[in-house]
Amino acid sequence: MADSLAVLIIVSTIASGIRLATPFLLASLGEALGQRSGVLNLGVDGVMLLGAFGAYYTVLQTNNPYYGLLVGIGTGLVLGVFYGFITLNLRAEQGVSGIGIYLFGLGMSDLLFQKFVGTPRPILPFMPLHFPVLSDLPIVGEMLFQHSIIVYIAFGLVPVMSFILYKTTYGLNIRAIGENPEAADSLGVSVMATRYSAIIIGNGLAGLAGAALAIELGIFQQNLTNAMGFIAIALVYFGAWTPTGVMLGSFLFGLVQAIVLQCKTFGVIPRSASDLAAMAPAIITILALVVVAKRFKQPAALTKPYVRGG
Amino acid sequence: MKRSYLYLAAVLSALFLLAPSSILAAGKTLRVAIIAPSARNDLAFTQSIVDGIKAIQKERPIELAITDGTFVVEDAAAAIRDYAKKGFDLVIAHGSQYGGSLKEIAPDFPNTAFAWGTSADTFGLSNVSSYEAASDEGGYVMGVMAAAMSKKGGVGVVGPVEVGAAKLYVDGFVKGAKAQNPKIRAKVNYIGSFSDVALAAEAARALMASGADVLTGTSQMVVGAIGAARAKRVPWFATQANQTELAPEIVVASQVYKWEVVLKKILADLDKGIKGGRKYQINLANGGIVIEFNDGYKLAPKVKELGLKTIAGIKDGSIKTGNK
Repeated sequence: MADSLAVLIIVSTIASGIRLATPFLLASLGEALGQRSGVLNLGVDGVMLLGAFGAYYTVLQTNNPYYGLLVGIGTGLVLGVFYGFITLNLRAEQGVSGIGIYLFGLGMSDLLFQKFVGTPRPILPFMPLHFPVLSDLPIVGEMLFQHSIIVYIAFGLVPVMSFILYKTTYGLNIRAIGENPEAADSLGVSVMATRYSAIIIGNGLAGLAGAALAIELGIFQQNLTNAMGFIAIALVYFGAWTPTGVMLGSFLFGLVQAIVLQCKTFGVIPRSASDLAAMAPAIITILALVVVAKRFKQPAALTKPYVRGG
Repeated sequence: MKRSYLYLAAVLSALFLLAPSSILAAGKTLRVAIIAPSARNDLAFTQSIVDGIKAIQKERPIELAITDGTFVVEDAAAAIRDYAKKGFDLVIAHGSQYGGSLKEIAPDFPNTAFAWGTSADTFGLSNVSSYEAASDEGGYVMGVMAAAMSKKGGVGVVGPVEVGAAKLYVDGFVKGAKAQNPKIRAKVNYIGSFSDVALAAEAARALMASGADVLTGTSQMVVGAIGAARAKRVPWFATQANQTELAPEIVVASQVYKWEVVLKKILADLDKGIKGGRKYQINLANGGIVIEFNDGYKLAPKVKELGLKTIAGIKDGSIKTGNK
């Protein structure tokens, strides 16, 4: 009896960790791509918020979560073009520009919500998928095969992103301009076009992360992301700018959150230590960052605008 | 002729000085500002105070200014100071987290009345009033009904941070559930945040997985928890505002705050020239807390009757919920 309860708790915790990790993973993958090309975007959270609102409003109107996902991605892509123009064409300081994008997203998403929706209204969320045989497997079924489609998209993007970064010319170009844009330029690689594309795709993924969050929860409200975008940026450093590393970081963060929740549910963590325990995921991330930062170097050209001959 | 004008002026001056301030206040448009942490239509904490002042607006002229979404306390402090500088008659800081800021700001504006909650602390300042909700009373009623409804013998609570009205509500709910069924497993999960919707959803899922088949929760992040409960068709007891429209099929009843009950008292005192130093409370007995049942939810008549009896017991003092 006790054993089966323990298994149930473990399964439930891991499944919860996977769900919690999903928006972080999507946003971190996008940010990793941008940073590998040498562009830092601190505005991830703002893009997520606008993506979340766009998706939410679309589902509210159409009752189709897939349209919502597309609008979330589209919102991110548009903001990517905007951010690219600011940082690449105007060569604005990336840190400050990113914060600007964040504040814009935070304010605009709330303004649009107040204007077009007002009071929170539930939308049709994604339902868990059911895979024949797999979903019905004991333990593993609930843990891995009873999630919504967005979870599989997020984790499926990890090998796709790895393949693009390490097995394609485009990926090589991204990594090259992130380390030494002058050398890449001298070999005929368009730094501007490559960085633009990385930023646009990265922002598209941030928009998708926001959309995933809103649709998964079936609701939108002010500041829905609760600074998830900033955690996602930290997870890029945690994951040493690799898709697999980012995935492991996101999962660890989500899993620690889930473990803390379970411990609180079962009274393992006393209520007096509840607030302290809530900080555990952030503390673990910071500790891991300290370790990782010593072992891995960030892309050499990160945050540095490129000027040919400059 | 000149002397008669002098007499008239003297009489009018005397009347002006001697007239009760309430008479003078009648017809005057009061300028009231609300500073609140979440959106004004969050179907929870912030909406409750906005609805309260709007209810009073139907009875007397009030110029209302709202600064919502100030989840950053420093932003709220700037707004509080700004409204005081602009000469608002009453500045309402609606959030227990704003207390520290208000304590510093209020002495700089002795002619401005401030009110804040939920709290019972006026800092000993003559221009600060505090207000709180006896949310444990509604929590107790909900707990009694939840325990009566639970088939698995487990109820769950998604809480934000263990302070203020949230703690009162949660403690009241647990006490009510235990009073109805001493063997009930009442699990409480304080997620450590008022606004993390995703975490609230997962907390609700964890509670359901642990055997809770009736849920409740408090603060603006519960929209996530309600969504998770809705997916599993688990009954939900709401608080702070009527949350039926978020999930009509699972919301059983809502504890609704009618802040207008204390706001009227605060404004009446303001009319008399009393700017603060007083503590106010809404509760079931004074009509500041109301339990609104969702007519669309098929609640067993026995459970509803139990709820109504409990409300009556709390009102007449035969049931103690722990707040008094």
